[in-house]
Amino acid sequence: MQRFTRTERLLHWVHAAAFFVLLGSGLVLYLPPLSVAVGRRPLLKDIHFLTGVSWAGAILLIVAVGNRRALAQTVREIDLFDRDDRRFLVGRVDVPQGRFNAGQKVNAILTAAFATLFFVSGLLLWYGERDTRFRLPGTVFLHDALMYISVVIVAGHLYLSLIHPTTRHALRGMTLGAVREDWARAHHPKWADTEPQRERQPAAPSTSSRPSSAAADGN
Amino acid sequence: MTVGPERGRLESPRENLGARRLGRAGFVGVVGAGVATLFYGKALSRVTSRVTSPIADATGLTRLIPSGGWRIYTVADTMPSFDRASWRLRVDGLVERPFVLSYPELLALPKVEQVSTFHCVTGWIVNNVRWGGVRFHDLLARARPLPGAAALHFVSAEKPYDDYLEMRQVALADVMLAYEMDGKPLRREHGAPVRVVIPEMYGYKNVKWVARIELVARPGSGYWEQRGYDRNAWLGRSNGYG
Repeated sequence: MQRFTRTERLLHWVHAAAFFVLLGSGLVLYLPPLSVAVGRRPLLKDIHFLTGVSWAGAILLIVAVGNRRALAQTVREIDLFDRDDRRFLVGRVDVPQGRFNAGQKVNAILTAAFATLFFVSGLLLWYGERDTRFRLPGTVFLHDALMYISVVIVAGHLYLSLIHPTTRHALRGMTLGAVREDWARAHHPKWADTEPQRERQPAAPSTSSRPSSAAADGN
Repeated sequence: MTVGPERGRLESPRENLGARRLGRAGFVGVVGAGVATLFYGKALSRVTSRVTSPIADATGLTRLIPSGGWRIYTVADTMPSFDRASWRLRVDGLVERPFVLSYPELLALPKVEQVSTFHCVTGWIVNNVRWGGVRFHDLLARARPLPGAAALHFVSAEKPYDDYLEMRQVALADVMLAYEMDGKPLRREHGAPVRVVIPEMYGYKNVKWVARIELVARPGSGYWEQRGYDRNAWLGRSNGYG
């Protein structure tokens, strides 16, 4: 079953790659032992800054030329929290979930909010060195705090997508786009049961395994 | 054609039960809280460091993360390295007797200690740093400044960093040329072997890796001042603060 369009996967991996380059260069700038061991602060500042700017540009570009219809649908799904989602968030992880479970929705919302805040505070750090009117008292604290929280979230994300036996199949959806139907039924029944009616009808004219939300995917 | 299946899905009674648009609200809330932190983060960091500093100290993380506050800012590719035998500090400019000081000679000058708080202009603070070093009065006495000398030009071994302080500023009671921090010789990343300490001004005036002190007629613009920062970096009264 098709879970992610190419646009969604590209966004995910561009974001992930940029995150780790920014984390690596940022930690060298931030952690005293690494700063001492590596040095080359001006170069690392350039790498960090240019990666951040390129990341933002790439995200905007993908949204501009990608499958915006699929993205809009994804945003709608992430935006909506129904009763089952709220139950899931208070620990009842066995209640049926849609294409995104409530934890994934929260992760996506935090990722989007943090990316925005990282970008704004990062620009202020950069520009504040050039015009002190933009050097606000809490910029460093915000940028640092976002990093600490992000590292915890990403560690959890990596555990669930790479190690945890029952959830790691989701990685296939984010790399190849599709997930096994039985897995989707077990973990995302509200999506699996309502979405791909056509797939369960061998006589249907379309043999595409794509769900309807991705049917218009031009990518 | 495209909205059909989507709408159908959203209207599926089971999925939509009690559905609320909380995602947008959450996004706006987190971004809003973050933006507020830009303005109130300093107060917040005092609260969080009260919680995180003891944890970091207890677990040894202090050596890894700047929980106590120190961050290492440099402007060159490599930090100057200190060789005890060959290191020299030059004092010259508007003085009767320019001289060059070796490290043992520096240590032989009258030593003072003080505990003061270090403030970075970017917002982080290191409380109660114990400094050991010499007062400028004792250092400059040997050079005999000429009457026209009104400022000190500190040239760092980390090129091209430099900065200036007025004579009356270095005469303040808690200003020193420090060679010890927290009871140990100044570490490389803190400016080994000597740095300026002027607690009432932001960190960029506290020049690290001082290699030369040139007495001049008036203060010029140091590294950060050439980039728009205030020449007199008084805490809370400069660089947009206060």
